[in-house]
Amino acid sequence: MMTTEVSTIGIAHDEVVEHPSTIEVQTFGFWIYLMSDLIIFATLFATFGVLGRNYAGGPTGKDLFDLTYTLGETMFLLVSSAAFGLVMLAVRDGRKKLVLMGLAVTFLLGLGFVLMEINEFYGLVAEGNGPDRSAFLSSFFTLVGTHGTHVTFGLIWMGTMMAQVAIKGLTSPVQSRLMRLSMFWHFLDIVWIGIFTIVYLMGVMS
Amino acid sequence: MSQSAIDRTGMSRGSLTSYLTGFVLSLILTAIPFALVMSGIWSYTATLAAIFSAGVVQILVHLHYFLHLDTSSDVRWNVVALLYTFFIMALFVGGSLWIMYNLHWRTM
Amino acid sequence: MFGNIFGKLSLSAIPFDNPLPLYAVSGALILALFILGLITYYRKWTYLYKEWLTSLDHKKIGIMYIILAMVMLLRGFSDAILMRGQQAVASGGSLGYLAPDHFNQIFSAHGSIMIIFMAMPFLVGLMNIAVPQQIGARDVAFPFMNSLSLWLTTAAALLVMVSLGYGEFSKAGWSGYAPLSEKTYSPGVGVDYWIWGFQIAGIATTMTGINFLVTILKMRAPGMKLMRLPLFVWATFFTMVLVVWAFPVLTVTLAMLTLDRYLGMHFFTNTHGGNMMMYVNLFWTWGHPEVYILILPAFGIFSEITATFSGKRLFGYTSMVFALGVITLLSFSVWMHHFFTMGASPKVNLFFGIATMMIAIPTGVKTFNWLFTMYRGRIRFTTPMYWTLAFIVTFAVGGSSGVMLSIPPADFVLHNSLFLIAHFHNVLIPGALFGFFAGFYYWFPKAAGFRLKESWGKRAFWCWTIGFYLAFMPLYVLGFMGMPRRLVTYPNPAWYPYLLVAAFGTAVIALGIAFMGIQLFVSIKERRALNDPTGDPWDGRTLEWLTSSPPAEYNFPKTPVVDDIDAFMEMKERGVAYERPDQYTDIEMPKNAPHGLIIGGLAFVFGFAMIWYVFWLAILAALGILFTVIARSMDDDIHHVIPAAEVKRIEDERYRQLASASERLHVSEQAIPEPVPET
Repeated sequence: MMTTEVSTIGIAHDEVVEHPSTIEVQTFGFWIYLMSDLIIFATLFATFGVLGRNYAGGPTGKDLFDLTYTLGETMFLLVSSAAFGLVMLAVRDGRKKLVLMGLAVTFLLGLGFVLMEINEFYGLVAEGNGPDRSAFLSSFFTLVGTHGTHVTFGLIWMGTMMAQVAIKGLTSPVQSRLMRLSMFWHFLDIVWIGIFTIVYLMGVMS
Repeated sequence: MSQSAIDRTGMSRGSLTSYLTGFVLSLILTAIPFALVMSGIWSYTATLAAIFSAGVVQILVHLHYFLHLDTSSDVRWNVVALLYTFFIMALFVGGSLWIMYNLHWRTM
Repeated sequence: MFGNIFGKLSLSAIPFDNPLPLYAVSGALILALFILGLITYYRKWTYLYKEWLTSLDHKKIGIMYIILAMVMLLRGFSDAILMRGQQAVASGGSLGYLAPDHFNQIFSAHGSIMIIFMAMPFLVGLMNIAVPQQIGARDVAFPFMNSLSLWLTTAAALLVMVSLGYGEFSKAGWSGYAPLSEKTYSPGVGVDYWIWGFQIAGIATTMTGINFLVTILKMRAPGMKLMRLPLFVWATFFTMVLVVWAFPVLTVTLAMLTLDRYLGMHFFTNTHGGNMMMYVNLFWTWGHPEVYILILPAFGIFSEITATFSGKRLFGYTSMVFALGVITLLSFSVWMHHFFTMGASPKVNLFFGIATMMIAIPTGVKTFNWLFTMYRGRIRFTTPMYWTLAFIVTFAVGGSSGVMLSIPPADFVLHNSLFLIAHFHNVLIPGALFGFFAGFYYWFPKAAGFRLKESWGKRAFWCWTIGFYLAFMPLYVLGFMGMPRRLVTYPNPAWYPYLLVAAFGTAVIALGIAFMGIQLFVSIKERRALNDPTGDPWDGRTLEWLTSSPPAEYNFPKTPVVDDIDAFMEMKERGVAYERPDQYTDIEMPKNAPHGLIIGGLAFVFGFAMIWYVFWLAILAALGILFTVIARSMDDDIHHVIPAAEVKRIEDERYRQLASASERLHVSEQAIPEPVPET
């Protein structure tokens, strides 16, 4: 996007710094976006911290959460995160078929996570414990749901990337986008660590 | 197509070993807190401390083995931004909890 | 949820029974149609689309932001006239001409518009014009996202404008406190207009924050070390830190209020465990950094202007940078001072009170540094310098009243009185707005290629300054006399004379705005005489004055190498500023793209559909946005190359202008070289 030509105007050539590449700029920009996303989750965690015991006479976490189920969701996400790491190695080696396979595996694992979560939410709503039941449930559904929405958008992005890899191959822009998607995907697993610890594990403890 | 552009970002400096190590460590750091809570063998406080510690360590494992953060200069600004974010998160979450619990105690 | 295909839409939402908004909207529509008609008559649609609406050029995007800000200034100021007029007549039993219902919408719209749709676009516009040039770059880090931010902000502003003619606006103030903003107490569409306007604009601003943060850290010219950055760039950097780390809180808070209103959740309701005070806490966690977002760029502008028009390097560069940093850090930790009276214990109030007071210290450092810069300088009293001098004196008053408010016991008396209103207008108008005006006057020649006529500028300045004092100093007194804010009528006739003076002050400001309009009109008419041939009308110190006015699309034909603070002045002193390179190279720049405009339009449709509960339309619009984003990412052909020959042609023309200008102006220090002969 910018030339790397350096002007002959001015003297101090020992100050000349190599201009960052497009991919470096894009990756760093995405990192800053992830920082803003952390603040989104911080706000949701703060809200859960304040409202998380306002049961309004309704059910508590202990009543509702099934830790085995949560462990299952956690495994789906963790394995998919590791899988994406392997995808990035394949990208570095320029192995297009392996990349597509790896993305497909990651996608399916991520989809497994989302489907489990939708099932959990549906079950709660069906028994009358939806987000409108109490402040605790509002903050639970919104915190966990926001994470799930992020994962869903990640899946849409992943599908788009599979199409781009298939059609265009591992071009520079495609690699750059895969890099950013991988950062996004790992970051979502990090947020999930916070969620299963603070929402589910703490919720069940008494 | 030219050589992979990924190396110049400093972010994808992973290797098979690092991803596998990170994965195994994460498994362990997930199993421990779940086991402690589901079995209930430790006291409330001890369990709380354990699951928080495990969570923090697992996050650090992810940051190092999956996101390749370390003390090198390639990722310096990323680490600075992240540390600043942790600081602001602590301020916002801690500040909100302090204020809201204080208000609750005084007005409810 | 999918029940009624038309949602809440109905003809009765048009305020046929309400003359004031009806005439205002009719007037606005007629004006808009007139402008559209002019564009059609002069066959400018293709030009407009190609050169402006789809442009990814940061300089053009900056200009469009400022146009938006100026339009919204007129709207927000109309609200102010209405309020001051009402309070000037509604004394001791008289009802005035505004029903309480309307008055509440007006003060809510006034604050919302001035902060989010006037000040924010204004400062982002100035950053767009100046910052890339000041760091020796050709564009921002993410030019497409820049265009997206512009059009999303415009879409959000349009939503707020539409609320005047269709439906209603929020009556819950610019801060939208729960539970008043909840469905139970605000069942209409007003709060929803407010929510979606803020939400869409907020997302746009967060994107800008990321964009400029990365631009400043990654796109600097060689030699432009961080401690050589112009102060406006530093101010922009810290502002963007505030934006990126604070705006997400607003996004979440508004989202939770939205969930309460649309899906019956219980974050801030007063039943089922909701906590209204949490809204206040979260809103101000964002809200306080927001007001520092408004003021820091102004501080940066004043630093530039003070140095330039004192003919001296800025005094205490390092301490100026540190002061900005300390202000940024502290401003994340004082938010509770906005609700000292909500009931927290003295210990909590004290912590935040002291933190608030501490912000005065780095601000004081900056004030003294500006004064020391001027001391023993050769001051040129241009219009930008006028605004700066008025700022230094008047902002000190406003800041001091802030320190008074930071003392919790004092705040218990003064909270939500006119003293508070006087305080924040005292820092926002002579602080932020005067800063933006100064920046506007300062960088106008760079953006447009001709200067603004000084005479009208100075007249406007005097009206604004005198008008400001008349409009707001009485409010301090009224605050001490016990008058609360947001009163549509009041029983105490003793307040009346002060409100009359304030109304008169508003009229004087209106004259100032009129003079600014006249100035623009006259300057455009006389633009040839006011032409800026060199690109450096002020004998500037920083790199943006090296480019032509207006700059070429690529800003610099060759990226400059920087040696010192005040890089351009340093080059001029060494006689190398206008050295021509031996040869030119091809320059790759972003191509135009319509996707930002399209997504902006779809965002408007989405917001409108959500407000009126036409959910199928909202879903379609959201999907449209998703597809447009994907379409953009599938496009690999997003750059165009300006060939070296074209660059040479542009630069040759520039140097011809420079040479003839130096003849006319008898400039001797610069060696303006002959154009390189054709080979």
